[in-house]
Amino acid sequence: MADLTADFLGIKSPNPFWLASAPPTDKEYNVRRAFEAGWGGVVWKTLGSEGPPVVNVNGPRYGAIWGADRRLLGLNNIELITDRPLEVNLEEITRVKKDYPDRAIIVSIMVPCEEQAWKDILPRVEATGADGIELNFGCPHGMAERGMGSAVGQVPEYIQMVTEWCKKYYSKPVIVKLTPNITDIRHPARAAKAGGADAVSLINTINSIVSVDLDAMAPEPTIGDKGTHGGYCGPAVKPIALNMVAEIARCPQTHGLPISAIGGVTTWRDAAEFMTMGAGNVQVCTAAMTYGFNVVKEMISGLNQWMDDKGYKTLDDFVGKAVPNVTDWQYLNLNYVAKAKISQDDCIKCGRCFAACEDTSHQAIAMSEDRVFTVKDDECVACNLCVNVCPVEGCITMEQVPAGQIDERTGKVVSDEYANWTTHPNNPSATAAE
Amino acid sequence: MATSHQASGIEAGRLSASEIADNFGDLHPQYEAHEAAVAADRCYFCYDAPCMTACPTSIDIPQFIREIQAGHPESAAKTILEQNILGGMCARVCPTETLCEEACVREAAEGKPVEIGRLQRYATDTLMEKGVHPFGRAEATGKKVAIVGAGPAGLSAAHRLAMLGHDVVVYDAKSKAGGLNEFGIAAYKSTNDFAAKEVDWLLQIGGITMEYGKKLGAELSLDALKADYDAVFLSIGLAGVNALRADGEDKDGVRDAVDFIAELRQADDLTNLAVGRNVVVIGGGMTAVDAAVQSKLLGSENVTIAYRRGRDAMGASRFEQDLAATKGVKLMFNVQPVAIHGNGACAEIELEYTRSEGGTLTGTGETVRIAADQVYKAIGQTLEGQPGALALEGRKIKVDENGRTSVEGVWAGGDCASGGEDLTVTAVAEGRDAAMDIHASLMG
Ligand SMILES: Cc1cc2nc3c(=O)[nH]c(=O)nc-3n(C[C@H](O)[C@H](O)[C@H](O)COP(=O)(O)OP(=O)(O)OC[C@H]3O[C@@H](n4cnc5c(N)ncnc54)[C@H](O)[C@@H]3O)c2cc1C
Ligand SMILES: Cc1cc2nc3c(=O)[nH]c(=O)nc-3n(C[C@H](O)[C@H](O)[C@H](O)COP(=O)(O)O)c2cc1C
Ligand code: SF4
Ligand code: SF4
Ligand code: SF4
Repeated sequence: MADLTADFLGIKSPNPFWLASAPPTDKEYNVRRAFEAGWGGVVWKTLGSEGPPVVNVNGPRYGAIWGADRRLLGLNNIELITDRPLEVNLEEITRVKKDYPDRAIIVSIMVPCEEQAWKDILPRVEATGADGIELNFGCPHGMAERGMGSAVGQVPEYIQMVTEWCKKYYSKPVIVKLTPNITDIRHPARAAKAGGADAVSLINTINSIVSVDLDAMAPEPTIGDKGTHGGYCGPAVKPIALNMVAEIARCPQTHGLPISAIGGVTTWRDAAEFMTMGAGNVQVCTAAMTYGFNVVKEMISGLNQWMDDKGYKTLDDFVGKAVPNVTDWQYLNLNYVAKAKISQDDCIKCGRCFAACEDTSHQAIAMSEDRVFTVKDDECVACNLCVNVCPVEGCITMEQVPAGQIDERTGKVVSDEYANWTTHPNNPSATAAE
Repeated sequence: MATSHQASGIEAGRLSASEIADNFGDLHPQYEAHEAAVAADRCYFCYDAPCMTACPTSIDIPQFIREIQAGHPESAAKTILEQNILGGMCARVCPTETLCEEACVREAAEGKPVEIGRLQRYATDTLMEKGVHPFGRAEATGKKVAIVGAGPAGLSAAHRLAMLGHDVVVYDAKSKAGGLNEFGIAAYKSTNDFAAKEVDWLLQIGGITMEYGKKLGAELSLDALKADYDAVFLSIGLAGVNALRADGEDKDGVRDAVDFIAELRQADDLTNLAVGRNVVVIGGGMTAVDAAVQSKLLGSENVTIAYRRGRDAMGASRFEQDLAATKGVKLMFNVQPVAIHGNGACAEIELEYTRSEGGTLTGTGETVRIAADQVYKAIGQTLEGQPGALALEGRKIKVDENGRTSVEGVWAGGDCASGGEDLTVTAVAEGRDAAMDIHASLMG
């Protein structure tokens, strides 16, 4: 049995699966049940300042997109931060932490961008005994209109400034939660680091309109006759989150900054992928909101199984392992040549590869009278589209053309030397090595 | 009081009204919208789809399934009906396991084809339940076409001709339209009087006059029709039935399976239909299976299909054979009837085992007798009542690929004409194609 214990910023948890700050962590009742189900930690639903709490809409706050059989693929929400009084949340956090000393409890905070506001709340949070704080600089709707959430997260200077205040008035780890609603995630990450953040977490939700009600002529979810943009999350956002995590992990200025990865984690595999991309742990929201707290059980067993299969004893054995293999396009080896290959035994003759390649790619698949599909090596550019559209997994494979053989498309012998765009003769700014 | 299951002889009411209602419910119930979406999502939208090639009416299957998937079954229905105006009936009665679904790539891949037939039904039912008829008529051409036989072939031709602007008169010997859709198809395939509803829906196109009780060879003659109309289309099906040629064939209780089925289809109350405790059906096609299964569903205790060749030679598909078996029908292979015994009414049938040598069937001399209050003959229908002027091919009216007969101005299609399997969908295709050729020749 692999050891799934996670140590993130010195905060221990029995496994790397934390619930993200969101409805699943909005109250004591939920969090206790989450811990009983096996979650390693929680980031408490974001707290606001003392005084009358925010109010939520009283109509639908979620919208979604679905795959076949209504599998939920993407969720969109217009919920705000906690709408329960600060004192109630703080009391509950204190109680739960006392009862679950082995689990991680992080308190998410979003208060106005004024030093006094942070100075007021941080000692009270510290008094709960929680393990750390997460600064919600991500919420893209509602709170942003009030100058908080992503309105802060989009300005690196503010991130740095607020992070500095937090380090000043709070003694435990400070995690800065980033918004993906920016053009280059490395800038806010650098700012967080410059402000002294112990870690970044990402992503928060992505600005979105999930669908339009074609009768009401309004975006969904619709409140009366109007709708607004919300935050998108769930399986659909994972690729975006994964790239942002990788960008921070491989950027020389932020490399090594601990990352708590969030965005579409649904099974063990998503978690493993994020962690190989440099995340020390993962946070989950939509999967729990879709299936309930018990989803963590599959994440635990799946990660265990995989680690045992691969011989990884601890999380550290694989965290960050894929980071060195993320590079810029310009450094990809242009002498690597592959060809698609169709396994006739597996092919069910649907013709999708043919339609895709013929209509939209390189006319590199031949279709015979009796529906036998074969790749024309002299046309195939190895784009992989046929592999992606083939309904039979493993039926089309990409086979590397070994060095020394002729690439029938170019008529050239495949070289075993590494050569990339920076030195390519077609590149006007090539730094040719001649 | 209901008659007991074991009552001997031929009796009505072997089952209660509710058991009968259960037994004659839909064979493949209609999809709910969500089920349809999930089933539709299984379609790969194949290129040059094999299922479409396998459909005798060449319905654009990937297209209509995609339309269902995207939430507009009404346009899916239109895609279907443009090719096959009886797409609603075909969705219920096509032996999809030997047509589109057999060709589906998912049948090859995993033995579970996309359920094309049920999806087709979902689309066509959705449209028809809304009472929408999505086709209109072209400008009147002033041409008149006579159609004889209001089965699927005749109805399909009539609709297409009316759509193209011709005036159509459809004659039928019976007092109702539909042909075997109305009188032949198993009751559990066409529930709730669907055949008649579909005819009413089809006639909404306008320009089609129905004339019942008019029989070719009696009230009608080909010469008169040719004189009165610009073209004639014959779709008279196969009105005759082959004889058994076994001793005792004239005994009470021995009957044509198609007559029994027609009586069943027209019965107002199935509990009043008398069936034997012991029933033997002679034959190996769909008619044999339908007669046997429906006897069983009406409460016959022992029902046997006796077929003279082996299982593989059977006309009924494996699905139909299995359906019979699951309903409790016994399938006997390699036996042929030699005599029917009984004092006035039949009581037993004597079967001889057969052996097939080099394609010819011979009796082995060994016989077996089984109890039979009723014997149904389902050994094939034959052409009957066709005008003598028409050349035949085999035992059918000879036609070319456009449905033209040997007589100028006369077309034929469906079961009565040569070529194609004897199926509803083939009849629809032939009727449609003949209509297109009639149109071309009238307008050309
Ligand atoms: C019991 C049974 C079950 C079947 N089950 C299926 C099934 O499940 N699926 C399937 O695809 N196919 C099935 N078939 C076959 C299918 O019903 C036929 O292939 C199809 O109905 C042929 O259509 P048609 O228009 O050529 O002829 P028919 O449907 O036979 O119609 C012929 C019409 O012509 C009329 N007619 C006949 N002679 C004259 C005349 N001299 N003058 C005027 N009118 C005349 C008749 O009254 C009838 O209305 C079944 C057949 C039978 C007998
Ligand atoms: C209904 C809802 C409310 C959320 N509220 C908060 C919040 O109060 N604070 C916060 O930092 N993130 C909030 N989030 C964002 C999630 O914590 C998480 O970053 C995001 O959903 C992506 O993860 P996922 O794909 O696992 O859902 C919320 C998300 C949802 C769906
Ligand atoms: S890899 Fe691309 S170019 Fe090659 S056969 Fe597949 S789709 Fe065509
Ligand atoms: S997409 Fe795959 S299964 Fe379909 S024809 Fe191509 S190789 Fe065969
Ligand atoms: S063969 Fe099957 S999967 Fe392919 S288009 Fe037809 S129904 Fe769809």
